[in-house]
Amino acid sequence: MTKLTFIAHDGTHFDVDAENGSTVMENAIRNAVPGIEAECGGACACATCHVYVDEAWTAEVGEPEAMEEDMLDFAYDVQPNSRLSCQIKVRDALDGLVVRVPARQG
Amino acid sequence: MTDITRTDVLIVGAGPIGLFAVFELGLFDMKCHLIDILDRPGGQCAELYPEKPIYDIPGWPSISAQGLVDRLLEQIAPFKPDFTFNRMVSSLEKLEDGSFRVITDENEVFEAKVVVIAAGGGSFQPKRPPIPGIELYEGKSVFYSVRRMEEFRGHDLIIVGGGDSALDWTLNLQPVAKSVTLVHRRPEFRAAPDSVNKMYAMQEMKELDFQVGQVTGLSGADGQLSSATIKGPSGDIEVPCTRMLPFFGLTMKLGPIAEWGLNLHENMIPVDTEKFQTSVPGIFAVGDINWYPGKLKLILSGFHEVALMAQAAKRIVSPGERIVFQYTTSSTSLQKKLGVAG
Repeated sequence: MTKLTFIAHDGTHFDVDAENGSTVMENAIRNAVPGIEAECGGACACATCHVYVDEAWTAEVGEPEAMEEDMLDFAYDVQPNSRLSCQIKVRDALDGLVVRVPARQG
Repeated sequence: MTDITRTDVLIVGAGPIGLFAVFELGLFDMKCHLIDILDRPGGQCAELYPEKPIYDIPGWPSISAQGLVDRLLEQIAPFKPDFTFNRMVSSLEKLEDGSFRVITDENEVFEAKVVVIAAGGGSFQPKRPPIPGIELYEGKSVFYSVRRMEEFRGHDLIIVGGGDSALDWTLNLQPVAKSVTLVHRRPEFRAAPDSVNKMYAMQEMKELDFQVGQVTGLSGADGQLSSATIKGPSGDIEVPCTRMLPFFGLTMKLGPIAEWGLNLHENMIPVDTEKFQTSVPGIFAVGDINWYPGKLKLILSGFHEVALMAQAAKRIVSPGERIVFQYTTSSTSLQKKLGVAG
């Protein structure tokens, strides 16, 4: 199991055990992390699972692909460390990953 | 007097479930008319994820969302459904004879014996960008679509977005507006490269301005914009403007359905699981928009729902007529309707 930490907008930490191969979004939904809506269910089609990747992890997580960048145009307060959590696949190298949930989704 | 379009069954929403409802209703000789806010059939499948594969359609190990829509259209073609696109159903009223009158946002009038709500997550509407206080300006100086270009003549216009709508209107309104500033989060665009090149050429000629950044604030009074704050790579800038057109894509809203007097459960419509009928007899709800204990928002569940709904709808459309349960594999009468009888 890979450990993920979601930090909700109110500062609450959610530490979850994630299965490799699942998406960060799926783990947020499964653990009822507030502020992740995932309206489209993970199709990279809505930008409502937007998260900020902790600065220490941006290099390992990597950059969004072109399609995800396009969807990020629809997100709220997009920062250089913004990602759509449905497009981040959990793997061993992400053990300990920290992501923050924005104030709102779109 | 407006023309009234009459049909047996009016279907609100032309997504996969609305389309398959035409098939099940058609087997019982009911004529269907579908209304959808999009400009084509398919609903979310066509608008949100046309190229994404779906893996849980029985008999199709993998099928793209658009592929499914195309096949449903082929499957229902024998029943010759009528479509009205680019319209939202704004009101629904029960008439004295038990039928329903439905009016669209363009005031077209429909009358049907049965109404089937297959509206999925609701109607697609322009997404409101996350700018504090923007609602104070909507409809007065902030617009989400261009109905008449003349409304922008002589205005300092800010267009926000990086897709085709944003770029097309930047190019089309540039000759009309006093000034045009295009604002987009990044220097890459989703829009057609040709439009982007034209935009850059006009920026070169100082015919318009392009700013990389996000609009974070608006100033003005009484709904009338005077300027916008744009947060860019080198800090905040203030750009004077009297009109703004944000193009932030579409989102789904329940819309006027909420005002039709139906019982609602967290923005979904409760139905029974025998007929999928709402709290108003004669109005059915199928697919993602309905709710019942154990509801799963799956396309395959919607297919099942329309089959049962069609039985109940037939009893309303043709009261007293005996309903014979038949299989398409063996019934020549069904095969005739499908145009495949030998």
